[in-house]
Amino acid sequence: MDGFTALYVFMLAAFTGYEVISRVPVILHTPLMSGSNFVHGVVLVGAMIALGHADPNDPLQLTIGFFAVLLGAANAAGGYIVTERMLGMFKAGDKKKEGGAQ
Amino acid sequence: MTANWLVSMAYFVVAVVFILGLKAMSSPVTARRGIMWAGFAMIAATVVTFFIPGLHNIGLMVLAIVLGGGVAWWSGKIVKMTDMPQMVAVYNGMGGGAAAGIAAIELVRGVEHSAMVSTLMVLGAIIGSVAFSGSCVAFAKLQGLMNKAIRLPQQNTINFFLTLLTFGLGLTIGYADEPSLFGIALFFLLALALGTVLVLPIGGADMPVVISLLNAFTGLAVGFKGFVLGIPALIVAGIVVGASGMLLTQLMAKAMNRPIRNIIFTPLTGAAAEGGEGPQGTMREVSATDAAALMRFGSKVIIVPGYGMAVAGAQHKVWEMTKLLEDAGVEVKFAIHPVAGRMPGHMNVLLAEAGVPYDKIFDLDEINDEFAQADVALVIGANDVVNPVARTDKTSPIYGMPILNADMARDVIVIKRGRGAGYSGIENALFFKENCSMLYGSAQEAVAEITAQIKAMEG
Repeated sequence: MDGFTALYVFMLAAFTGYEVISRVPVILHTPLMSGSNFVHGVVLVGAMIALGHADPNDPLQLTIGFFAVLLGAANAAGGYIVTERMLGMFKAGDKKKEGGAQ
Repeated sequence: MTANWLVSMAYFVVAVVFILGLKAMSSPVTARRGIMWAGFAMIAATVVTFFIPGLHNIGLMVLAIVLGGGVAWWSGKIVKMTDMPQMVAVYNGMGGGAAAGIAAIELVRGVEHSAMVSTLMVLGAIIGSVAFSGSCVAFAKLQGLMNKAIRLPQQNTINFFLTLLTFGLGLTIGYADEPSLFGIALFFLLALALGTVLVLPIGGADMPVVISLLNAFTGLAVGFKGFVLGIPALIVAGIVVGASGMLLTQLMAKAMNRPIRNIIFTPLTGAAAEGGEGPQGTMREVSATDAAALMRFGSKVIIVPGYGMAVAGAQHKVWEMTKLLEDAGVEVKFAIHPVAGRMPGHMNVLLAEAGVPYDKIFDLDEINDEFAQADVALVIGANDVVNPVARTDKTSPIYGMPILNADMARDVIVIKRGRGAGYSGIENALFFKENCSMLYGSAQEAVAEITAQIKAMEG
């Protein structure tokens, strides 16, 4: 990707991020932070590729790569389960409310 | 069609789904759908990566994924709801660490990059390392492993020069043809130290904003790694999170009335609060029986839950008491400060867990005018968010923060573990007011006792 294309991608992605959550209610701040924490867990893919290109005969590269993938996977898995659990609470709340209205 | 083309196509779809998922997560109705979409996209992205031709070390890769993913999944599953904020900090730090690790491999391999890519790589390495060590400190603070805000002499000067030094060294090794291992190691140590000294002086009360900021940092670091590795999906996902994280940080900071600049450069410290004139007077105590009677024979009660209620796990007891009061014809409402608990929205999650219906939960703007008509404001384990000093005392560090007007109620009952100051280290003027009385004890026990007393009154 040449410099200017990269710059445009950067600019458009930044606007998208800003726009996507601009109307979020306060009660979703924490779950949404957790959710976006999960999304940047996609760093896992980058770590996998970095480890995949590492020299199999260099223990230093392998060690760093191993931990990068490990941390990336933890970011993704942990981020998902925590967000899922938080949002699960909201489902429970909705049910109760429907029950109360009867 | 080559394998590479298919992988690129899959990454493209993944990036689109991530954006749609985030969009869905910003509305309560679609939020659960959003995280599930994003989850599927993540699995897809991981699986197709194995099909990229020419990757080595597949066995090691699988091992790391199973190990890291498994442990994180398990810990995320068992963690208590009240400890969620620090878990988010931990997982975020790990993402930052992974981004820094990618940069470390590239540097060690000595891959040649253009000037722009090298710069982005160094930036990503620094931001990722800062997010990693900063998140570790944030975790330690929220977990209660580190209670004091540690402030170095000349903090801002140290921060400035450390930042300069880290960038300087980073660019030197980033542009070098064959950077020395020593230089690389020193660079990462400096970057990690930078993250530590940036977060160390910040008090626990400001931690949510800091975690959100570090979350945005990690997003940016991941985006920059996308440029380095040439994976547009990483760029898009990372930068989208970076930008939305920045906005979210601003929203949180606004809810707490603490400009981000002030949080980073002039952190709240206990010392600053002690230096000023604290509110003087005596605190009155009240028995559980009297507290029960005041509420049971009132017509309107507003409950202000805080972190103290959350750590005591008293939300279920509180809901039980609420139902009893409602059966007796008392109108009960919950008033949630924007930063009640440890993070915006945290308290809502905890109350929802206990089964409190949404229509009883009100935020600051909705309910603040109603305190004047309430017979009792029951403050459970909340402190700074009801401190009237924020309205009146210009010298107070929390001056200007929007607070709940609990002091306007006819009677204020505060359930509190002990006499200490709040999370910010500031004395609470509310506790010394004439219409306020204290009920000391853990939220769990105190509320249980009030509940028993109310039951006894039904006789």
